[in-house]
Amino acid sequence: MQAYDLNKNHIVTPPGEIALSTNQLQVNYGNSKQASMVNASLSFPRFQITALIGASGSGKSTYLRSLNRMNDRIATVHGEIMYHNTNINSPKVNVYEVRKHIGMVFQKPNPFAKSITENITFALKAAGITNRQELRQRVETSLKEAALWDEVKDDLNKSALALSGGQQQRLCIARSIAMKPDILLLDEPASALDPISTAKLEVTLKELAKNYTIIIVTHNMQQASRVSSYTAFFHLGHVIEYDQTETIFQTPTIQATHDYVTGNFG
Amino acid sequence: MTPNQTDRLATRFIQFLVLIVVLILLFLLGDIIISGLPHISWHFLTSPASSFSAGGGIRDQLFNSLYLLVLTLIISFPLALGSAIYLSEYAGDNWFTSLIRTAIEVLSSLPSVVVGLFGYLLFVIEFHLGFSILSGAIALTFFNLPLLIRSIEGSLHAVPNSQREAGIALGLSNWRTIRGILLPMALPGILTGIILSAGRIFGEAAALIYTAGQSAPILDYTNWNPTASSSFLNPMRPAETLAVHIWKVNTEGVTPDAVSISAGSSAVLIIIILLFNFGARAIGNRMYKKMTGGK
Repeated sequence: MQAYDLNKNHIVTPPGEIALSTNQLQVNYGNSKQASMVNASLSFPRFQITALIGASGSGKSTYLRSLNRMNDRIATVHGEIMYHNTNINSPKVNVYEVRKHIGMVFQKPNPFAKSITENITFALKAAGITNRQELRQRVETSLKEAALWDEVKDDLNKSALALSGGQQQRLCIARSIAMKPDILLLDEPASALDPISTAKLEVTLKELAKNYTIIIVTHNMQQASRVSSYTAFFHLGHVIEYDQTETIFQTPTIQATHDYVTGNFG
Repeated sequence: MTPNQTDRLATRFIQFLVLIVVLILLFLLGDIIISGLPHISWHFLTSPASSFSAGGGIRDQLFNSLYLLVLTLIISFPLALGSAIYLSEYAGDNWFTSLIRTAIEVLSSLPSVVVGLFGYLLFVIEFHLGFSILSGAIALTFFNLPLLIRSIEGSLHAVPNSQREAGIALGLSNWRTIRGILLPMALPGILTGIILSAGRIFGEAAALIYTAGQSAPILDYTNWNPTASSSFLNPMRPAETLAVHIWKVNTEGVTPDAVSISAGSSAVLIIIILLFNFGARAIGNRMYKKMTGGK
């Protein structure tokens, strides 16, 4: 692989309201001295989709999972994660509350072995919502937002495991947004789906961006260019370039980014 | 020899080995059931054992076995569940955890006579529990714990990690995720584990001879007061189980029909353990189907 200067970077700060930002974020797995992610300072614009791209091992998933403290038990995260003027990377912060505000959807659909309704209501009940009317309302709204309602409205009591992969993934999105989060983190949400399910998911994401701030890790560059308004390019644990998606794909500043998006990489 | 021939030879040899195992099992089961089945009758199952005359049954022994089983599970299941959850979900990979695991391994390989004598000294004598179902149940807990812990831990371990992540990402606590998501998914495996370990308890004799005792006082099945000495529910009474009964009838039985009582009891024991095994599989499959929506 060609050696790039990892310290050369070009990172913009999007105009307008910022939903979440990180300052000098560094992640070390276990007792490893080698950081998997260094000095990542990015700001994510509110109600927009931001894509994180880069080769496997570039640290983009590591970075994403740090944002809602999913790495707590497996890695040490240094630096600041600013959300509503609070550093949520502080040990004093209530992580359970953080995760209710910053939801996450994973690479492989992971619905619970429960009915479609229960998949959505389980966490709501745990959060103290017991009003049946309210629960029913949340199930319906979130399934509609995730564009799954029409397909499942007659079998809400059916096991979620009987759904197709694409439906399961949209159920997982519905489950996340039922908690009424601010921000939705998606870790390669379409990588286990077929092209038709992927297309549906992308439409859903664009629709969701009207009400949510979305950060999506993807291996698929077309997907990044289709859905996102900002894109960050990661390489070997460094953020190399962060700019508007158009700029990243058409006129990137850094050579490494150019090589990656044109496929001349490695 | 060509690769094809070697392969065929190896396959035949492996099949032969399997055949031997199957034949041993069939022979054992067949012999016990064929020689015991003619002696099993409603009368045999529902009348008390007699010490000297012919025509005794195994009613009390059968009940004692079942009662002991229930009591053992009541003691051992919560312990095993807690330990298994700890090992699978909370424990890190360190010397302490491996110490616990080694302790469990050792526990499972203790000879049952040793556990029986230990139980005799500690519970029967030292703790003044006497020869009692309770002493027996505690001794059997020793055998049961490793089996149960391992099967529950295995079932929890088989739940994909993505389920834990899903729960945590929704802001659920670790415990809530375990209780509401992981345990229900592990339930078929846990149930199978319980039923299989129940078979082990049911057939145990050596450890019980010194703890639950070898005498079967006449039980009053209408007395529901567990503190009354004749009550069938009294956990402090001595209780000869079916397996112990078989051993006793064969070593010191003086009834003229000792041989047929032993044969009949063995058949009953085997049939119940077989039922446990098939039941475990059936329940496990059914619950799995129910949870996964019949897929």
